[in-house]
Amino acid sequence: MSQNKHPLMAWIDARLPITSTYEKHMSKYYAPKNFNWWYVFGLLAMIMLVNQILTGIWLAMSYVPSSEAAFGSVEYIMRDVEFGWLLRYMHAVGASMFFIVVYLHMFRGILYGSYQKPRELIWLFGMFVYVAMAAEGFMGYVLPWGNMSFWGAQVIISLFGAIPYFGEAVQEWIRGDYLISGITLNRFFALHVVAIPLVLIILVVVHVLALHEVGSNNPDGIDIKKHLDENGVPKDGVPFHPYFTVGKLPAVTIFLFVFTAIIFFFPEGGGYFIEWANFEPANNLKTPEHIAPVWYYGAYYAMLRAVPSKGLGVIVMAAALAIPFILPWLDRSPVRSWRFKGWMSKVAIIAFGITFPVLTWLGTQPATDLYTNLARIFTVVYFLFFIGMPFYTKYEKTKPVPERIGG
Amino acid sequence: MTEGGVNKGRRRFLGAATTAVGAVGVVGVAVPFVKSWLPSEKAKAVGGPVKIDLSKIEEGALVTEEWRGKPIYILKRSSEILEGLKDESHKSRLLDPESSNTNQQPEYVSSDSRSVTDDVLILEGVCTHLGCAPKLYYEVKPEPFDENWSGGFFCPCHGSKFDLAGRVYNGVPAPSNLKVPPHRFDGSLVVIGEDGGIA
Repeated sequence: MSQNKHPLMAWIDARLPITSTYEKHMSKYYAPKNFNWWYVFGLLAMIMLVNQILTGIWLAMSYVPSSEAAFGSVEYIMRDVEFGWLLRYMHAVGASMFFIVVYLHMFRGILYGSYQKPRELIWLFGMFVYVAMAAEGFMGYVLPWGNMSFWGAQVIISLFGAIPYFGEAVQEWIRGDYLISGITLNRFFALHVVAIPLVLIILVVVHVLALHEVGSNNPDGIDIKKHLDENGVPKDGVPFHPYFTVGKLPAVTIFLFVFTAIIFFFPEGGGYFIEWANFEPANNLKTPEHIAPVWYYGAYYAMLRAVPSKGLGVIVMAAALAIPFILPWLDRSPVRSWRFKGWMSKVAIIAFGITFPVLTWLGTQPATDLYTNLARIFTVVYFLFFIGMPFYTKYEKTKPVPERIGG
Repeated sequence: MTEGGVNKGRRRFLGAATTAVGAVGVVGVAVPFVKSWLPSEKAKAVGGPVKIDLSKIEEGALVTEEWRGKPIYILKRSSEILEGLKDESHKSRLLDPESSNTNQQPEYVSSDSRSVTDDVLILEGVCTHLGCAPKLYYEVKPEPFDENWSGGFFCPCHGSKFDLAGRVYNGVPAPSNLKVPPHRFDGSLVVIGEDGGIA
């Protein structure tokens, strides 16, 4: 490449490392050749991030962050702004799609042990991305100032009330008022459109940089850097671009097809993406009949409700969010991928793969006795998956991992 | 200490001293950022007392008013209800039947009815669990959430239950009784958020 480089490119490269950066992260970043369809979700998450930022900027051009005007300005966007309805649905449905692809992306990591040494930091920064997304989604949900926005915010901020001694003061500090008000809405707007997106972008960059430092894992969990050809290129690797990027285009197309179908035909996602109680303006005197978070927080909410004590419930919920952070140090298995792990790991991963969606669903349902008891059982399974991991991964019999992919 | 013209001890000391002074500066700069999140003067001013006319209030019908953005519940209770609140078997189902948690009410309310005048209950309609507004289920009859329901408030968010004096039941997520705001009576008016310095 360097022989026939355009003089302009050579001039720039002497001043800014464009070509070498492009090579490092695209054309000479070697991805394992056995990537399967699970590996598309990272790319899809990136697409959704761009979608959220773009549509978000455009929504902010017509949205008014005040308690008097917020609800009306969302109606204005939906009815009067040219294509405002489309931008808003792209953003609101986009948030749900973002979480769907990120959840699948994370589960891929669990299936193939992508968090294991030397990829601990990738997992850790990925978890930070997830938490930042959760905060971003929460504050974004408050902005339309519907009744569910209001009471959802009330419940989430009240979680801080469980802090001993300072609980009340911390809540007042977050709200800037005695109850959620326009003051809270205004600061959430600032955080939602400026602060957290900045943090998110930085975290995503660090997440990808850490990945490109050690290289991608693969469904077999084989280290492709052990077998290099005479040029130092992994024998089982293919350049990320064009092979991965073009190879995943069909998957991206299918995803966008589904995404647009939802936007055009089911933008409210059956009340899961945009809850119906939110079509009523915020009313500080009336809690909606059935209050539930947006589906992507359902699992944590189900765990919070499962505990009949305020303090303990909040602790369980916080622990549920915190414990995946230490996943890389809980897994003591000598192999990465579940393909070579023992039966106990397989059972645990499948149980976890069922537990999280079930908890998510329970969190969106009313708290009847049956559902609360189910939530309790699945909360235990959720924690057992993590707490039991050092034991079942250590003592189970694993299968030998081949030296080469397809070998 | 000196190696190749470098006094390492002094260099380390200067480095640490600079870091310490810099840290103090960072903390100082953080103060306005953190403090700007506290309730503003405007927010504090809006939270002044409110007056409510009690003359049109009917028994068993909940009236909701607003003080500091919070729903304030006003409920007139029948004499049977008031008797029921004193019942020992009912009180055995409560977490804090004698209202011993003094943060939850001013000292001038009586213990079983949790009110100044026996019949009129005044509560903050803010669940002590996570702040939803509990709903009134006034009738004594089996409810989906409790077969032996003796009337009270049920929080739709997380199923906390309170009796008709706002006292919390055992085994629900809410940790304390519903709060009684400071208030005083002035003829047929009640003033919320002010009690003439009694408490």
